[in-house]
Amino acid sequence: MEANTHLQSEPHGPPSGIMRWILTTNHKDIGTMYLIFSLIMFFVGGAMSMVIRAELFQPGLQIVEPEFFNQMTTLHGLIMVFGAIMPAGVGLANWMLPLMIGAPDMAMPRLNNWSFWLLPFAAIMLVSTLFMEGGGPNFGWTFYAPLSTTYAPPSTTYFIFAVHILGISSIMGAINIIATILNLRAPNLTMMKLPLFAWTWLITSYLLIAVMPVLAGAVTMMLFDIHFGTSFFNAAGGGDPVLFQHIFWFFGHPEVYIIILPAFGIVSSIIPTFSRKRLFGYSAMVWATASIAFLSLIVWAHHMFTVGMPLTGELFFMLATMLIAVPTGVKVFNWTATMFRGSISFETPMLFASAFLVLFTMAGFSGLMLSIAPANMQYHDTYFVVGHFHYVLVPGALFSVFAAVYYWLPKWTGYMYDEILGKVHFWLSFIGVNVTFFPMHFVGLAGMPRRIPDYALQFADFNAISSVGGFLFGVTQLLFVFIIIKCVKGGKKASAKYWDGAHGLEWSVPSPAPYHTFVRPPEIEEDKDYF
Amino acid sequence: MRVTPAKLGLIALAMFGFGFLMVPIYDVFCKVTGLNGKTDVNAYQYDPKIAEIDTSRKVEVQFITTKNEGMEWYFEPSIYSIKVHPGEVGVLDFIAENLTARRIIGQAIPSVTPFEVTNYLHKVECFCFATQVLGPHEKMVMPLRIIVDPNLPKHIKKLTLSYTLFDVTSFDESM
Amino acid sequence: MQRLSVCVFLMFASLWTCNGVSAFNMKKGVSDVSNSVYDLHMTMFFICICIGVIVYGFMFYAMIKHRKSKGAKASNFHENAFIEIVWTTIPFLILIAISIPATHTLIKIYNQDDSEIDIKITAYQWKWQYEYLGEGVSFFSNLQTPKEEIVGIRKKNPNYLLEVDNPLIIPVDKKVRFLVTSSDVIHSWFMPDFAIKRDAIPGFINEIWTKVKYIGTYRGQCAELCGKDHAYMPIVVEAKSQQEFDSWIKNKKIEAKKERELASKKWSKQELMTRGEATYKKICAACHQPNGKGSPPVFPALDGAAIVKDKDKIAHHIDIVTHGIKGTAMQAFIHQLSLVDIAAVITYERNAWGNKTGDVIYPQDINNYIKTGKYQPQNK
Repeated sequence: MEANTHLQSEPHGPPSGIMRWILTTNHKDIGTMYLIFSLIMFFVGGAMSMVIRAELFQPGLQIVEPEFFNQMTTLHGLIMVFGAIMPAGVGLANWMLPLMIGAPDMAMPRLNNWSFWLLPFAAIMLVSTLFMEGGGPNFGWTFYAPLSTTYAPPSTTYFIFAVHILGISSIMGAINIIATILNLRAPNLTMMKLPLFAWTWLITSYLLIAVMPVLAGAVTMMLFDIHFGTSFFNAAGGGDPVLFQHIFWFFGHPEVYIIILPAFGIVSSIIPTFSRKRLFGYSAMVWATASIAFLSLIVWAHHMFTVGMPLTGELFFMLATMLIAVPTGVKVFNWTATMFRGSISFETPMLFASAFLVLFTMAGFSGLMLSIAPANMQYHDTYFVVGHFHYVLVPGALFSVFAAVYYWLPKWTGYMYDEILGKVHFWLSFIGVNVTFFPMHFVGLAGMPRRIPDYALQFADFNAISSVGGFLFGVTQLLFVFIIIKCVKGGKKASAKYWDGAHGLEWSVPSPAPYHTFVRPPEIEEDKDYF
Repeated sequence: MRVTPAKLGLIALAMFGFGFLMVPIYDVFCKVTGLNGKTDVNAYQYDPKIAEIDTSRKVEVQFITTKNEGMEWYFEPSIYSIKVHPGEVGVLDFIAENLTARRIIGQAIPSVTPFEVTNYLHKVECFCFATQVLGPHEKMVMPLRIIVDPNLPKHIKKLTLSYTLFDVTSFDESM
Repeated sequence: MQRLSVCVFLMFASLWTCNGVSAFNMKKGVSDVSNSVYDLHMTMFFICICIGVIVYGFMFYAMIKHRKSKGAKASNFHENAFIEIVWTTIPFLILIAISIPATHTLIKIYNQDDSEIDIKITAYQWKWQYEYLGEGVSFFSNLQTPKEEIVGIRKKNPNYLLEVDNPLIIPVDKKVRFLVTSSDVIHSWFMPDFAIKRDAIPGFINEIWTKVKYIGTYRGQCAELCGKDHAYMPIVVEAKSQQEFDSWIKNKKIEAKKERELASKKWSKQELMTRGEATYKKICAACHQPNGKGSPPVFPALDGAAIVKDKDKIAHHIDIVTHGIKGTAMQAFIHQLSLVDIAAVITYERNAWGNKTGDVIYPQDINNYIKTGKYQPQNK
C-alpha cells in the first residue's frame, strides 16, 4: 500500500509567499489555515472568557460595566462555536479525510479555498462590532428576540451578516466533505471499511446541510423584523418571540452534535491506536452515530422547557431527549471495551482521549439530569447548564481537538512534538478544566442564573474557584502554542507510522506528508476489513 | 452512490426555505391545536337561536391588561372577571384613554391561559380585531363580547384572557 | 479495592448532599412540587452515580491494569452483538423507569385547576410588577441593594442583590396562581424554593402555580437575559399566615388610597426632596448614576444638564420623565410612578448635586401636565 513516491514530489513545489496561501487548493494547506485560524480565534474567545472570569471572581462590579459584560458573554460564545471549534474540526477533516480514504484531495478544491477564506472576513466583521457605536451584540450567543431585534444595538446588522457568511462557509465545506467521502474513496474501500473519523464527518456534514440554512432563515427573519417592518417575532404584528426560539433551536441542537460528532470520530481513531486493539463494535458505532444525528433533529425544545409549552410538547421533548442517552452510552461502552484488555500506553494524544472519555461521560450525566423536564425548572438558565455544556465542549470537543493535533502533528510537520511538554499541557489543562467548570454545577443548583456579571454572596466561593481554574486553563494554552511552534521548527524525525498501534491509509505516507499524496489510488485488499 | 454537489446544494436551499416555512407551520399548528394561547382575531359567528347554553355550571373568565413598553393609554377592563354559563354571551367594557398630547394608534393582542382553553374561547366582538385610534387625551369605551364554548372540558372552572396593548402608530405611518 | 473505595466515597458524598441544605445541592424547597422535583433530581443523580461507578470502574481498571508498561498483551476481540444489545437495552429500561415519576411530576405541575388567588406578574426592564387580581392592589418591586454596595464602596449586606423594596406577599397553604407576562423583552420568574421558573413573554400570558407549606421569606432572580441589568432584578416572596396576608392586603388598599390623596396635599420642598432622593436612588440611579453623571451618550448626565437647570425647560423635563423618549432606553414612567413620585424626583433632580435651581414641582403640576400638556405652576 505504498503511495507512488516518484509522483509525489512536485518538480516545482508549491508557490512561495503569501499568494501560495491565498490561492491554494491543496487540502493540506487549507487544513493548516483552518487550524491556525481556529487557534487564533480560540485565543480571542479565550481572552473574552478571561474578562468574564475576572469580573466573576468576586461579587460586585469591579472591572466592566454590565453592558460590556453582556457583549463579552455573547461574543465569547459566538467566537468559540463558530470561530474556534467548528473551523478546527473542518481543518482536521480537510487534512485527514483525503489521506484516510486514499484520495488525492477534496472533491472540490477551489470551493474548499473559498470556504476557508470566508472565515477570516466574517470573524473580523464580527469582532469589529465591539468597536461600533452602541457596542457589539449583547444578547447572548442564542440571540433571542425581541432583545436581539427591537432592543438590539445597530451593529446587529453586521452580526447577522457575519452569521450568514459563517453559515455559507460551513455549508460549502459540508457539501465538499460528503462529495469527497462518497465519490473519491480508493477502489475496494467500501463504506463499512471507512475509518470512524470519516463516518462521523459524513454524518456531521448531512446535519450541517440540514440545519445551517435554518439558522440563515432565523437571522434573515431577524433582519426583516429590524429593518423592514415585519413581525416574525413581534406580538404587536401577530408574531411570536417563541417562534424565534423554535427556529433557533431547530438549528441549535443539531449544531452541538455537529460539534461533538467529529470529536467522537477523533477519539475512535486514537483509542484503538494506543490500546493496540481494534475499535470495539465498529458497526454499532456507525449506527449509534447515525441514531444520535437523527435524534438530534427532534429534541430541540428541551432548551425551551420554561417558555410555557403545553404538556404534550414537554413530554415528547423530554422523552426524546432522554433517548439520546442510549446511543451515546453505547459509544462510551464501546470505547471502554476497546481499552479493556488492550495494551495501553498514555502518550499525550491518549491522555487527552482518555480524559475525553471520562469527562464527556460526566457531561452526559448532567445532560441526562437536564432532560428531566420538571427538574429542568430548577436547572434552566442557571450555571448548572453552563457547567454541563462547558464539560461537553471543553473536555469534550476541545480535548479531542488537542488529542487530534498531538496525534497527527508529526504527520504534518515531520517531527515528533515534545512529549514531556505535551504531558504538562495535558495535566495543567485537565486540572484547569475541572477546577473551572465543576463548581459551576454547585452554584447552578444553588440557583445562580446565567449571563450575570454580579451575583449574591452565597455564590462567591465557588465563583472564585472557577475563576482561578479559568486563569490556569487560559495561561496553559500558551504552552500549547509553544509546543506547536517548537514541533514545526524541528525535533526527533517522525517516520511514516510513528505510533506502533496505528492503522489506516494516512500511516502509509511519509511524515511530513508530501504536498500531493495518493495521486494514484492505493491498492486495498478486498477481504481485509480493518483499518 | 454518486451524489453531485448540486443535489446537496439544493438540499441546503430547501432547508433555508424550510426555515421560512416554519413560520406558517407554527401558525397553523398553533391554530389547530390551540397550543399557543393565541386566540382568534376573527369574530365568532354567534346565532342566539341555535346556541346551546350549559346551565349546569358557570366558568369564571378573568381579564388582565398589559401596556407594552409603557404604552401611554389608560387601559383597563371595567370589571376584572365575569362568571358565565358556557354558551352564553358574556359582555363587558374596556376603558381606554390616551394620556398624551399626541395621536396614538393601539393594537391589543389577546392571549389566553390555560392553553387548552384557546379553542373554546370565542370572541363575538372585540376591540382586538382591529387597531384603535385615540387622539390627544381622547377616551373610549370598548365593548367585548365573548362566549365560552359549551364543550369546554369540565375540569376547567377559571380562565384568564390577557390583552397586551402595543403602540403601533409607527407601523401605520410606515405603510 | 480501589474501585470499592471510590464507590464508598461517592455514596457518602452523595448522602451528605442529600439533606437538601448543603452548599452543593439543590434545595428541597417549600412546596409539594418542589419536593417532588428534588426527589427526581436526587433519583437521577443516584442513577448516574451507579452507572458512573460501573462504567468508570471498567475504564479505570483498564487504564491501570491493561497498560503496555505493565506487560499487558492486547486481546483480539472487537465485536459482540449480544453485549451491544444488552448495553443498549438496559439503559433503555432505566430510562423508561425514570420517565414514570418524571411524567407524573410534570402532570402535577401542569394541573392548574382550583387555584384560590390569582396574581399577575409583569416583567419590566429591570423590575417586577405584581398585581392581585380583584383586589385593586398593584405595585412595583425594585432591587433594594444600593449602588455603593455594588461598586464596592460599602460592604455588601447578607441579602446583597436578593432584596427588594416591595416583596410579593402570599398566604401559605393556598394554591396561588401566577400569570406571567412581560412588558418589553423576555424575562423569567425564577423561585428555586418553589421549583418555579416561567418565562415572561411580551404579548403572551403564561401561568404557573404554587402552594407554599411554610411561612418564610424566599428569594429568586430573573432567569432570562433581558439587557444590561438582568442581574439586578431579584424576586422576594414572603409567605405569611392567612390572617397576616388578609391584614396586609387591607393595609395595601389603604396605602394606595392614601397615595392617591397625597397627590392633592400641599408638599414642602424638603418633603419632596426627601421623597425624590429615595425614588431617584431606586429608579433612576441605575442608569443616571447616584451622582447624576450618567454614562453619556446612552444615559445622559443630569448634573448640570440644560433640561434640568433651565427654567423654561421645566415642561420638557416633566415630559421626559412622564412620557419617556421613544426609541431610547428612557421609559415612560407615567404608569410606574405615582404623581407624587414623579413630582418629587423632578424636584430632586433640579436641586441636587450642582443643580441649585430652587424649582419645586408639585404633584398637581404633574397631573395638570398630563391632562393639558402644559406646565402651569399654581400660586402657593
